[in-house]
Amino acid sequence: MLVAAPLPVLTPVLHRHLYDRSPDEHMTPTTAKSSHPSGDNRFKLLDRVITKHHAQGDALIEVLHAAQGIFGFLENDLLIYVARALKLPLSRVYGVATFYHFFTLKPKGKHTFVLCTGTACYVKGASGIQKAVEHQCKTTFGETTPDKNISLISARCVGSCGLAPVAVLDDAVAGKLTAESALHHIRDWQEHQEEATV
Amino acid sequence: MTVEDLQELAEKEQQRQQQFKHRLLYCSAAGCVSCGSNATRETLKKVLQETGLENVCEVVGTGCMGLCGEGPLLKVEPDDTLYQRVDEAAARKIIEHHIVQRKTVTDNLVDTSSPFFSSQQKIVLENCGRINAESIEEYIAIGGYDALAKAVTELQAGEVIEEVRKSGLRGRGGAGYPTGLKWGIVRKAKSETKYVVCNADEGDPGAFMDRSVLEGDPHRILEGMAIAGYAVGAGQGFIYIRAEYPLAIERLKLAIKQAERLGLLGNRIFESQFNFRIDLRIGAGAFVCGEETALIRSIEGKRGRPRPRPPYPSEKGLWGMPTLINNVETYANIPPILTHGSAWFAGIGTPKSAGTKVFALAGKIRNTGLIEVPMGIPLRRIIFDIGGGTPEGTEFKAAQTGGPSGGCIPREHLDLPVDYESLSTVGSIMGSGGLIVMDSTSQMVEVAKYFMDFCKDESCGKCIPCRVGTVHIHGLLDKISKGMGTADDLSLLEELCQMVKETSLCGLGQSAPNPVLSTLRFFRNEYEELLKEPEGFVPSTTGHEKGTHSS
Repeated sequence: MLVAAPLPVLTPVLHRHLYDRSPDEHMTPTTAKSSHPSGDNRFKLLDRVITKHHAQGDALIEVLHAAQGIFGFLENDLLIYVARALKLPLSRVYGVATFYHFFTLKPKGKHTFVLCTGTACYVKGASGIQKAVEHQCKTTFGETTPDKNISLISARCVGSCGLAPVAVLDDAVAGKLTAESALHHIRDWQEHQEEATV
Repeated sequence: MTVEDLQELAEKEQQRQQQFKHRLLYCSAAGCVSCGSNATRETLKKVLQETGLENVCEVVGTGCMGLCGEGPLLKVEPDDTLYQRVDEAAARKIIEHHIVQRKTVTDNLVDTSSPFFSSQQKIVLENCGRINAESIEEYIAIGGYDALAKAVTELQAGEVIEEVRKSGLRGRGGAGYPTGLKWGIVRKAKSETKYVVCNADEGDPGAFMDRSVLEGDPHRILEGMAIAGYAVGAGQGFIYIRAEYPLAIERLKLAIKQAERLGLLGNRIFESQFNFRIDLRIGAGAFVCGEETALIRSIEGKRGRPRPRPPYPSEKGLWGMPTLINNVETYANIPPILTHGSAWFAGIGTPKSAGTKVFALAGKIRNTGLIEVPMGIPLRRIIFDIGGGTPEGTEFKAAQTGGPSGGCIPREHLDLPVDYESLSTVGSIMGSGGLIVMDSTSQMVEVAKYFMDFCKDESCGKCIPCRVGTVHIHGLLDKISKGMGTADDLSLLEELCQMVKETSLCGLGQSAPNPVLSTLRFFRNEYEELLKEPEGFVPSTTGHEKGTHSS
């Protein structure tokens, strides 16, 4: 894996490997396009990453990053797919996926509210924001609201300590946050959700 | 690429820059981006177009300029004028007044003669805020890759190591192991394959030094690593970086591509026999991976669990091969040491701790941001001169260094010089450079509980003292903070802290009790005030009520 020279494409081998183990699945015209029996084309994207890393077990974390990026979260079926593709025991793939905080095995909501709970944010009162937001969403950090609208996530430190307290709202960093400004965003999300469902 | 080619590139870029009368440098580091510096850039470009000045002024995105709490920041060169809080309206005003009418905009002006700027000495951050972080040409124009050229074409590997050793540089990751010594060990290790690893897994909450360097001056790290690779005889480097830093990852990827294109990484660097490649490895959010043996496991695609040392990674590291692991800031110090010489570097700071240290100032302090100071500077100067003290109406209580592995330094030790040895005498550590200021609103038992909560979650679970000990320490702290603890609990807490410190496998567990021990040492009264009186005790009339100190 340290040599940058291109290796032959491994995907066909991968197919055989996969189908050997799942005799119930037959190759149909739809599945021929994708390397997964479901015919989901997102697996093709994942295969590309796996091929780039020469299907080496060492690249497990990179592959899981890619898988989460493509699928949003790591469901069991996806972990099995990765384990077979990299020829690793499923226990190791599952172990790695659950060891690291960054990987999530549950689907995220439509919006994500990532509150930084680093020291600077803590000193500047992130816990007050946390309580207010939890109260407004009627759920706790680490969970998603039942309507799958908002996921509350706490981060260790997003590295914007100069702007503490900080939250990342759908990938946009909001600094010098107060409970009011946080609730404003949350209410906005909630109202638009209601509009969408009406 | 030869040394002459490099020289030629530098001159070409300098000439290109001289075409412009003004260079408008806006901070494009994560802090200012979240204050809206991208909108500032767009406005600058739009207004320049409107006024027909786009060929006179160049708009350049740079790395962190330091004063992160007052972003977005904009510097106008060659006048060396720094503006703060440059929103879209201010950006327009700066072009109309400063550029066109040659009048300074006083509303947004930053006084760069204030101690925040004058007390600093920049080595690691010298290019941050000065050059376009996404341009290898700009880095080369200010002498970038000269040090690598010098090392590869003029010096023997042993001479490079000797130079680093003589400089007195110590590891900036926190522990302070002499860098030259570490390089020497890897050099001597007998193996065909060796690796160089850059630890950019900046997990300490409250620390953002490495992120700023990687975002603002990525080529400096690549150059430092390549020099290290040449010195120890490695052909492959890895940068292990947190997934939480997407901008730094993007800039590093770009920088690696640029360096490969110019032949500054790859085969036969400067037409020598030296080959060196760098790959990125993205972390996945585990604090323990900052520990070197855990980091190695993680690069190998496994769970980041540490193993006992020895053997140290310098003998048996990645895939069992000798591996050099240094922190981002350590590598950033290498090119200037080779360019200016070890004597110059050794002359900065204190005899035992040479050079400078970057700190991330945050918490209850007026000037939050990134600073670089010579080692040995008193803590008081960092907090009150550079940081401007605590905001009005609050009083300084303690400074926390070293994150969850460090300790709280109280008011009476403010004159302590900041170096590796002095900080350890008060039960803290240099750490990677997070410095959080707390005022009277911070309750120290809560602070200790906060850090222990962090450590208990981040414990990898391999060794029992850390896995079980941190949970029980947290439980005791919780009990005490709720006013339910007794004097027995307090002594049990101390005993448990000592045990975890002495018997844990890796640095995480060994240092996890530090915040508790240091707050117990300096703020014991806050613990004792929360203790419940034993059964049968009749409280005096002036005594506090039981159980009112809940969190």
